[in-house]
Amino acid sequence: MTAPTAADTESVQPFAAAPARSGRAALVWRRFRRNKFAMVGLVGLVLLFLFAFLGPLLTHWSPTDIDLVNTQSGPTGDHFFGTDDVGHDMFAQTVSGMQKSLIIGLLVALLSTGSAGLLGTAAAYFGGWWEKVIVWLTDLFLVVPSLLMLIILSPYFQGASWLVLVPMIALFSWMITSRVVRGMTLTIREREFVRAARYMGVPAWTIIRRHIIPNISSILIVDFTLNVGAAIVTESFLSFLGFGIRTPNVSLGTVINDGAQFASTDQWYLFVFPASVLVLIILCVNFIGDGLRDALDPNSTGASAR
Amino acid sequence: MSQNLLLTDAAGRPKNPAPTGTPLLSVRDLHVTFSSEAGDVRAVRGVSYDLHPGEVLGIVGESGSGKSVSAMAILGLLPDNARITGSIKLEGRELLGLGDKRMSKIRGKDIAMVFQDPLSALTPVFTVGDQIVEALTVHQKLSRDAARKRALELLDVVGIPDPERRFKNFPHEFSGGMRQRVMIAMAIANDPKVILCDEPTTALDVTIQAQILEALKNAQELTGAAILMITHDLGVVAGFADKVSVMYAGRPVEQGAVDEIYYRPRMPYTIGLLGSIPRLDVSGEHGRRPLTPIEGNPPSMVDLPDACPFADRCPIVTDICRDAEPELLPAGPDSHPSACHRRADLESGTIPIDQVYPVPEIPETHLDAVPREQRSPVLEVKGLQKHFPLMRGAVFKRRVGTVKAVDGIDFEIREGETLGLVGESGCGKTTTLLEILELVAPQAGSIAVFGSQAANLSGRERMEMRKDIQIVFQDPMASLDPRMPVGEAIAEPLRTHGWSQDKAYERVAELLELVGLEPYHASRFPREFSGGQRQRICVARALALNPKVVILDEPVSALDVSIQAGVINLLDELRAKLGLSYLFVAHDLSVVRHIADRVAVMYLGRIVEIGDVSSVFELPSHPYTQALLSAIPLPDPRKERERSRILLPGDLPSPANVPSGCRFRDRCFKYASLNAAEQSKCRDEDPVIVARPGKQDHAAACHFADALEVV
Ligand SMILES: Nc1ncnc2c1ncn2[C@@H]1O[C@H](COP(=O)(O)OP(=O)(O)OP(=O)(O)O)[C@@H](O)[C@H]1O
Ligand code: SF4
Ligand code: SF4
Ligand SMILES: [Mg+2]
Repeated sequence: MTAPTAADTESVQPFAAAPARSGRAALVWRRFRRNKFAMVGLVGLVLLFLFAFLGPLLTHWSPTDIDLVNTQSGPTGDHFFGTDDVGHDMFAQTVSGMQKSLIIGLLVALLSTGSAGLLGTAAAYFGGWWEKVIVWLTDLFLVVPSLLMLIILSPYFQGASWLVLVPMIALFSWMITSRVVRGMTLTIREREFVRAARYMGVPAWTIIRRHIIPNISSILIVDFTLNVGAAIVTESFLSFLGFGIRTPNVSLGTVINDGAQFASTDQWYLFVFPASVLVLIILCVNFIGDGLRDALDPNSTGASAR
Repeated sequence: MSQNLLLTDAAGRPKNPAPTGTPLLSVRDLHVTFSSEAGDVRAVRGVSYDLHPGEVLGIVGESGSGKSVSAMAILGLLPDNARITGSIKLEGRELLGLGDKRMSKIRGKDIAMVFQDPLSALTPVFTVGDQIVEALTVHQKLSRDAARKRALELLDVVGIPDPERRFKNFPHEFSGGMRQRVMIAMAIANDPKVILCDEPTTALDVTIQAQILEALKNAQELTGAAILMITHDLGVVAGFADKVSVMYAGRPVEQGAVDEIYYRPRMPYTIGLLGSIPRLDVSGEHGRRPLTPIEGNPPSMVDLPDACPFADRCPIVTDICRDAEPELLPAGPDSHPSACHRRADLESGTIPIDQVYPVPEIPETHLDAVPREQRSPVLEVKGLQKHFPLMRGAVFKRRVGTVKAVDGIDFEIREGETLGLVGESGCGKTTTLLEILELVAPQAGSIAVFGSQAANLSGRERMEMRKDIQIVFQDPMASLDPRMPVGEAIAEPLRTHGWSQDKAYERVAELLELVGLEPYHASRFPREFSGGQRQRICVARALALNPKVVILDEPVSALDVSIQAGVINLLDELRAKLGLSYLFVAHDLSVVRHIADRVAVMYLGRIVEIGDVSSVFELPSHPYTQALLSAIPLPDPRKERERSRILLPGDLPSPANVPSGCRFRDRCFKYASLNAAEQSKCRDEDPVIVARPGKQDHAAACHFADALEVV
């Protein structure tokens, strides 16, 4: 009905080929792909995973092995990242630490951001008892000193796998986001498009998934990327205090912790290699987060067709 | 560009004798350019006019046409990124280039301003009285007492009841209409020479708009000031202005005496505007006159080519239109200036004015032939009531009253029929709709859709019923999820009701075409569409499941006039094509007159008059309907001059505080003329809605209902 605008003429070609077919997922993926940094982040993260899980095949050393002959060795063909004063192979340790830290970081972030989103939106959307209970829970967890609780709880999980750390850390990191999410949902709930969906008969959880979550996605994504880093740091802090991952197991946090004192000595490699890996992980996650946020936001110019 | 664009009337037309003497305000070749990231925005491109003492110049145009910017330039209130050239002279004194200090001496004294949004123009922390006193003492040497006395006088002049008490109120304690009066009081406080009004009544209800225009007129008579009236409402201009300037894409495209513009337009844009407004006073053979929409959207103000900016939307465009921008020149020896290459053809009648735009057919359905009684009812509402508790207190909430938003209403919509529900803001229109859409048992009364009571529906049946009854909201931006491609938005009702992905996508393409868009638009986001297009998307979504009833909540009030017509025509066409029934809520009675078969007038939660459109509009019988209709300005200067308005006193009452007896009593003009016995009847007895004598489909709720012609 209108004269074609600049946008028309440009986007007719690709869209005309696939008329009406591009649902939101396809559209978001297309916009995501256009973002260079986001793709670098995504490829980087995949490579980091491959490195963490295929890395052990590159060396015959295991993280617990001790090479008494080559203690305090620099990076060599045998010990790629060198060895510490005991004779641990730093490459093997870093790679093994990465496995745990990647899993802890991503899972904790998923769990805590996920539950924050779920609880926050549910509280605001349903109101009534749901809201009362969730708000009460949120406040309760906010006043409880989380680190103390973790330390008190950890003896109970003595024999359990290190994976227990995931729910334990997540349990104490969802509250603030959940509050913010609840506030945002309260305003979105009153918007007409949510009303329109309700009168169409769209079920409540579908409305939350389809309309509310995408409209608060920026905060969730930012929260997720921050949580990845925070979880890795919390874990290493717990380990440092002796409550997290214990020897002979290692995490990226413990490896960095041990190496930190050598950062500015001629044994710098004990610190620099594992620390760079951590920086890379966080960088990749952030790139992906930024890209996703832009791809989901129709107002961002970075990802749009023009 | 011609420098001699004095807006004096051509000789021989008696109504507006050309004012002589030096003009009060003289604007010449005004240009305003904003630098922005996207490039230079040329918001105003050559505006020239003269304003003589006591004259009213109306500036009309679509949003973004540069109306406000050209007014702000006069006041020197543009931001720093604006570059202004040309000349603005007040009584021969150049205003452009005056420093802010000297401008502020003129602002509020010689040139006063009334804005659209009075709340933001008043300081919330000072009382209204103090703000008027301040406006006075800034420019005049007055003692506090004298200033106070004068402020009270001013409040009285603009029609604020009980000024002594109101003097001490804060702006938030005033209604929108009262705030606008305060703004007018402040504007005339220092006997200004020019009053600039930017959409002064756009945010207000019609009866309040009538009061405000009256207050402005009084103020003008009192001060003899000239008025520059910016508005998009061609009705307001017709009754208020002496001369008119039509703006398009930053330029005046036609200027002249008001009668000239309305009866002898010489530029397709003006012709289109006049043809696209639904009218209260004209009814064609079928009770309707087709509207001629202007297709397309206004151009972007960045990088305008040297061509007629209207070329893409103009039905009589020719090659030269795209080669050079037409200048504003008279079309003939005794004609007013217009900016169109084909003005001579329009003037000579080679192109008849009423054939510039193709006149759409009024669509008809087979149902039109079926008498109303023989059609089956699709929606029946009986005694519907919705009361909200009124709570006070922060910690311990207690109930202090009841908001009677909807207080017992009955109506019925039959197959293929459109019922218009009209009334001013807060009268309960939207609440009524939402109650119907919940499809549950109302607090009191009953709602039946296709004969089944909403109260008795099971969850499954209710879900099924949702297919048949759909809604279109007022603000098309707010009712589309900004993060959802429109294709998915339209597919949502389909997916919800179990359509497969493939079938849903096919249907989306079909629907987009039905509402005049293209299938490839499906993968765009809402923000990539204009207002009118968004509303079309909302209509497409509402029609996805082939509903039988569509509820429309002010579907066109957020749109520009030229776009409105397109959406109204679309709705009309779809109704005929698909056999739909509409419940059409609006505050604009002209739109309702155009589209509805029947109309119900609401006041404070009740229907006070209902009936077929021609009865209600031609012989309104309830005093409120009469006042409402008479308050609507007609886009017809001659008729406007002959009409007299019924002005209602006071503001809209609150539904938390409904008067006893007849709820319209405290604003009823008829009540005052009744004798004591009759008055006591109005006070004590709540009138029920009864059929008008001799009428089958016309009823009013007034003890002393009596037909009166007001349009
Ligand atoms: N500060 C600014 N910076 C850049 N562009 C601006 C600025 N103010 C206004 N504009 C642009 O100038 C043009 C004219 O705006 P203006 O406010 O005069 O329109 P209008 O006719 O009054 O519309 P409405 O009826 O919506 O008020 C628009 O394209 C607008 O986007
Ligand atoms: S100049 Fe041409 S395009 Fe512009 S309004 Fe006149 S006829 Fe239409
Ligand atoms: S019943 Fe009385 S007060 Fe009410 S509208 Fe009629 S005349 Fe006016
Ligand atoms: Mg404006």
